[in-house]
Amino acid sequence: MIEFPPGLILILGALFVPILPSYFRNAYMLALPILGFWGLLILPEGILFSFIFFDYTLAPVRVDKLSLLFGYIFHIAAAVSIIFAFHVKDPVQQMAGLIYAGAAIGGAFAGDLITLFVYWEGTAIASVFLIWSSKTERSFRAGMRYLIIQVGSGVLLLAGAILQFKKTGSLDFTSMDLSDLGPILIFIAFGIKAAFPLLHNWLQDAYPEATVTGTVFLSAFTTKLAVYALARGFAGTELLIWIGAVMTAFPIFYAIIENNLRRVLCYSLNIQLGFMIVGVGIGTELALNGTAAHAVSHILYKALLFMSMGAVLYQVGTIKATELGGLFKSMPYTAGLCIIGCASISAFPLFIGFISKSLIITAVAEQGHWVVWLVLLFASAGVIQYSAMKIPYFTFFQKAPGLKTSEAPGNMLIAMGIVAFLCIAIGVYPTPLYALLPYQLDYSPYTATHVVTQIQLLLFSALAFFLLVKTGIYPAMIRATNLDFDWIYRRLLPMIIAGFGKLITLIDRLIRDTFLSLLNQLLKLIFKHHGPGGLLARTGLTGLMALLVVIFLALFLLIYFI
Amino acid sequence: MEQNQEPQENKTRLDKNKTKAKIIWLLGFACILSVVADLFYHKHVHYDAEDWIPGMYGWYSLIGCTVMVLVANFLRNILSRKENYYNEAEDD
Repeated sequence: MIEFPPGLILILGALFVPILPSYFRNAYMLALPILGFWGLLILPEGILFSFIFFDYTLAPVRVDKLSLLFGYIFHIAAAVSIIFAFHVKDPVQQMAGLIYAGAAIGGAFAGDLITLFVYWEGTAIASVFLIWSSKTERSFRAGMRYLIIQVGSGVLLLAGAILQFKKTGSLDFTSMDLSDLGPILIFIAFGIKAAFPLLHNWLQDAYPEATVTGTVFLSAFTTKLAVYALARGFAGTELLIWIGAVMTAFPIFYAIIENNLRRVLCYSLNIQLGFMIVGVGIGTELALNGTAAHAVSHILYKALLFMSMGAVLYQVGTIKATELGGLFKSMPYTAGLCIIGCASISAFPLFIGFISKSLIITAVAEQGHWVVWLVLLFASAGVIQYSAMKIPYFTFFQKAPGLKTSEAPGNMLIAMGIVAFLCIAIGVYPTPLYALLPYQLDYSPYTATHVVTQIQLLLFSALAFFLLVKTGIYPAMIRATNLDFDWIYRRLLPMIIAGFGKLITLIDRLIRDTFLSLLNQLLKLIFKHHGPGGLLARTGLTGLMALLVVIFLALFLLIYFI
Repeated sequence: MEQNQEPQENKTRLDKNKTKAKIIWLLGFACILSVVADLFYHKHVHYDAEDWIPGMYGWYSLIGCTVMVLVANFLRNILSRKENYYNEAEDD
């Protein structure tokens, strides 16, 4: 058997996409992740392909249970995203999607910080083409901002890696603590990609601007690679518990008032990342298992939701709640699949979210963090308000504005069907997923307490949703831009810079004016005394001179004789 | 033609309102059932508060969600700007 570094099959395979005839491309592209998945199955555990580069020992592939789990799910996500994009003929998007997925897979297996950095930047650069492929001015600008932030994260990672190497003499990507500048920089680099509060805005800014199929790719990889990296490098860092708790709570308000439903899903993605980050922060075996399981389930149901919204966007041409409604009749399959995604994200029993989210919440309760526990419950109930009811209600069920459309293309339905099947299958029978988790797990999600309390949480929340909608308290969707942190760098900083420019112009003008007026005054003075009629420029008569001389002589004589 | 359409639209709206009311009643009933269900099994809890009130999760959820939506409504007043606030061509 030939072992091959994971991810490279997709990256190298992508290079042949443009030269293949288009009727053969879909089968070829789908074969790549399947081949890659098979490659994972035969990979032995441990450090592989280790080599020495100048003086540094690099470990490009490290195989253990954690990296394998992310490897599996990344391959599955790549395969369904490719099926979902079967109708796309644009080789740029096809290549970008494959390289992006390959880089994320490679990153999940990176055993040292330099390899991680290479793949880290690979995901940034490949993915931006999925945004630019929308070929609109908005997407170009959003992609630019995205690229700057993502590459910036990579630069921080590299700087941190160099400092770490200087300090410890090793480039190994292992557990670190935040006692030194190197790990702190790496932590921030991971935090940017994991969309920590205030570092999050690239996500909601760029993802909704990507193409219909591009967003499905994007939703799976970047942020989950960051979660993996945090779980690998900073498990048990208490700061992460609080960061995660803020992440689960704050984006809720934005998700509720947002009109663009793909952006709603981005805020919701951010919230679900918060759950995983809390799990990393708790750092117990149960919590880390929860983070890994929730990453898997999150990739699946979030892909399903982005696919269903992508299908609506593809068919209708808009994804704004203000312009949608009543699509249940024309797109019944998409609606049904979307509802499966919603049931999964809200962790309804028998769906995948139910068997993964509770691991994290239980771990939080076991460690006695009751404030965080309450916040997580709040977010778990709120999921109904900000996505699980909101998305299907405004797309499929609210009063129809008379849209005429038809069901999504077959390839999209198949891709959504596969993911929906996985969401239910793993939800009903979680044992195989539990067996793949990094640590031994003795946990049964289907206890009376868990099922009943979770149903209570969701039913009351659904009741609240309908009551609030009926009474008109639930915010009506309006076409608007909601200010988020990107306001700082899209408005405030340009304003400060423009203001600074104006200030400099003002000071410059002041100095010039003062100098000029001083110069004018000087000239006037000189003119006064030396100009025509000035005292010093006056011309006297010769007689006056002779008279003055006589007077001075007379004075001299007088003084001499006295 | 147009005159004929209006009553029909009103009718569908009425239907929608009826279905909404039905859904609310159904949900309300299901909520009560889920609270009653709390009395019939032994709860495994981490915090005592979970066991004090039947349906504690439900009440927490109901209050939490209402507060959540009210706060979102309030925040919209501060955060909402016109759609083309950043002066980027609108084309999605």
